[in-house]
Amino acid sequence: MSGRTGALGDAWARLPKRVRALALPVTVLLLVVLYPNYYQDVFNALGGGVTGQLAPTVPTMVVMCVYVIMALGLNVVVGYAGLLDLGYVAFYAAGAYIAGWFATLQFAPHKVHFLSVGVLPVLPGLHVNVWLLLIVGAVFATILGIIIGLPTLRLRGDYLAIVTLGFGEIIPQAVNNGDDWFGHNVTNGPNGLTPIDSLGFGVTIHKTFSFLPSSYRLEINSADYYYWTGVALVLFTLFCCIRLRDSRLGRAWVAIREDEIAAAAMGVPLMRTKTWAYAIGAFFGGAAGCFYAIFKSSTFPQDFSLNISIAVLCMVILGGMGNVWGVCLGGAVLAYLNYQGLEAVGNNLNHYAGTNLNIPQYTFGIFGIIIVAMMLIRPQGLIPTARRKIELEAGVEGGSLYDAAA
Amino acid sequence: MTAESGTARRPMLAALPRFSQQINRVLTWVVVGLFVVWVVGNFINAPKQFVSVFLLGVTLGSIYALVALGYTLVYGIIELINFAHGDVFMWGSMIAVTVSAHWLGLDGSQGWYVTAPLIFVTLLACIAFCGTLNVAIERLAYRPLRNAPKLAPLITAIGMSFILQNAGALVYGFIEQPVPDIFPTKPLFRIGGIAYTQKSLLIVLITIPVLLALVYLVRSTRQGKAMRAVAQDMDASRMMGIDVDRTIAFTFALGGALAGAAGLLFVMYQTSTRYDLGFQLGLFAFTAAVLGGIGNLTGAAFGALLIGLIQAFNEGLSWHTPGSSWTQSVIFSILILVLVFRPQGLLGEAVSDRA
Repeated sequence: MSGRTGALGDAWARLPKRVRALALPVTVLLLVVLYPNYYQDVFNALGGGVTGQLAPTVPTMVVMCVYVIMALGLNVVVGYAGLLDLGYVAFYAAGAYIAGWFATLQFAPHKVHFLSVGVLPVLPGLHVNVWLLLIVGAVFATILGIIIGLPTLRLRGDYLAIVTLGFGEIIPQAVNNGDDWFGHNVTNGPNGLTPIDSLGFGVTIHKTFSFLPSSYRLEINSADYYYWTGVALVLFTLFCCIRLRDSRLGRAWVAIREDEIAAAAMGVPLMRTKTWAYAIGAFFGGAAGCFYAIFKSSTFPQDFSLNISIAVLCMVILGGMGNVWGVCLGGAVLAYLNYQGLEAVGNNLNHYAGTNLNIPQYTFGIFGIIIVAMMLIRPQGLIPTARRKIELEAGVEGGSLYDAAA
Repeated sequence: MTAESGTARRPMLAALPRFSQQINRVLTWVVVGLFVVWVVGNFINAPKQFVSVFLLGVTLGSIYALVALGYTLVYGIIELINFAHGDVFMWGSMIAVTVSAHWLGLDGSQGWYVTAPLIFVTLLACIAFCGTLNVAIERLAYRPLRNAPKLAPLITAIGMSFILQNAGALVYGFIEQPVPDIFPTKPLFRIGGIAYTQKSLLIVLITIPVLLALVYLVRSTRQGKAMRAVAQDMDASRMMGIDVDRTIAFTFALGGALAGAAGLLFVMYQTSTRYDLGFQLGLFAFTAAVLGGIGNLTGAAFGALLIGLIQAFNEGLSWHTPGSSWTQSVIFSILILVLVFRPQGLLGEAVSDRA
């Protein structure tokens, strides 16, 4: 905010410091929250038609929210604690399948309804309130994270990466073969679980909040509600991440990341601290998975390939490991590219330059290029943390490290 | 692990019993015992089928061995899990298809006196291409990061893997690349209704001298000595006048060459290849390297044989086998169990620092 001149700049400088500090976040937040209200304008401003495809649609924005939550969660593990987790998708799967099990017709002969919203009372199967399931999914993923973490977190660095990669490959396959676990159809195998109950927007909202304008009560606008729910979840995740970063636990994570032996010597309990990182990362992964499954109203084993783990890792790296704002940016940009951007760019190229490319097919090649280029050219990420910047500039044999921000 | 014993208070979350050496040993033997029971049970259940599947596993294992050695060589020298190695292998198989079937026009109809030299030419092409590719990857992506934090090259390797995979798709398309049966497919003998073909034997016969040559190279030549020195202490060997960069590049070339040879053998055996086959096969081979004790050449070959056998047993036998849809899970479970309980591998010596 420095470098402003003129009368406007003076007026700005006279504002209370608190107002100035809040100005940017509040503006960004407003722009983000109101996006569905001006999406059409963005679409038109880009010229509509083929170029208008470049404007992220509201469903794409929901997906971006999901990935930002996941990236923030992985950032706790990779960015804060320095534990490379290549099987993060396992937690995403855990959350998604919690939604799939407790809000579909999967266990059809049984019929249990618990505070379910927007579900016909006659429907068989388990139907637990999906809002509750968001929490259950997150907690289940956390437990899974602790179970996976306890034996494996004793390993260091690359060995941990490999073990998590192993889990990340086993869990999708187990889910894929889950239509016959000792003769029981648990996950419905490759056919996935669908339809999952919705968050109950539309009809239910109409009954409960009758003061809302009529356009807010239509099922047709449900993507908007999902989007706002997603933004709320992102804000909650952001709040947790920032508070954790500045907590005692957060400093312990950084200490472990910098030098495990020195941290242990200073009295940081290694296993507990690492397991916390893992558990908290898993929590957000589970919440994101659960929310995404509810949004898509389905969950399939194909959704949990290694590629997703790598994509989320790529988001963290692109944004800047450890920096929540960078990770948000990285997550939003790459999720946008993955779900809409690359396809839109490809369509534009094909339309205007007459090429015949299928760019989305090569999404992960492009992600690979981003990873390698970032590692070689700007390893601190787009928005680096002050500490990480010093570390990378000082190199291995650099002197003592001070956190300029603290 | 040594650092951990220093923590005074047992934290709540770490209430899991810490696996002491004794428990570790007992668990290892229990697992090995169960494995032996499973193998013997399968043998008694269907002896003929067992033998044929066993031979199949040996062939599969020898292909894995060539790939696993590439992992182990690179890990041994710079402690990097070269995720891109599997995709170098995939490129080897693609080049084998291009050279043998498209350029040289081999389709299995020619006599052995034509086929044998031309396959040898293909082998040289694969070796040259993959060796160069691996060295180029090292030069471009890993060397600039040699002094960076340890996770940086690892993450770069994952990125490289995706790049190679997509480059493969770009050049060869997203479909299977078929190749005619060039290797002689006459059955040598039949057992349990399954023929053991000449090409299965050929693959084992090609692999064994390659492994012996590699062991000789690393153990007895000057270059091998340099490699071992760099693996032990990079700075000290630099002071002793060893060209560290050149030695590392040589190691990558060697690993790439082995992957190229493996690519040829694989495509001859399987008669098709795909752009995305490298990553998973690479991970299986890496599991093999870990199982045998990473950094240990004999261990990698031994581990690869075991993994090949386990995969063949799992897919070909019927007594208490999870079946082919679980192969990946079985092999990665082995990987996880080995890393957690015996990170030094079956043949490796205890190295506390590596895990």
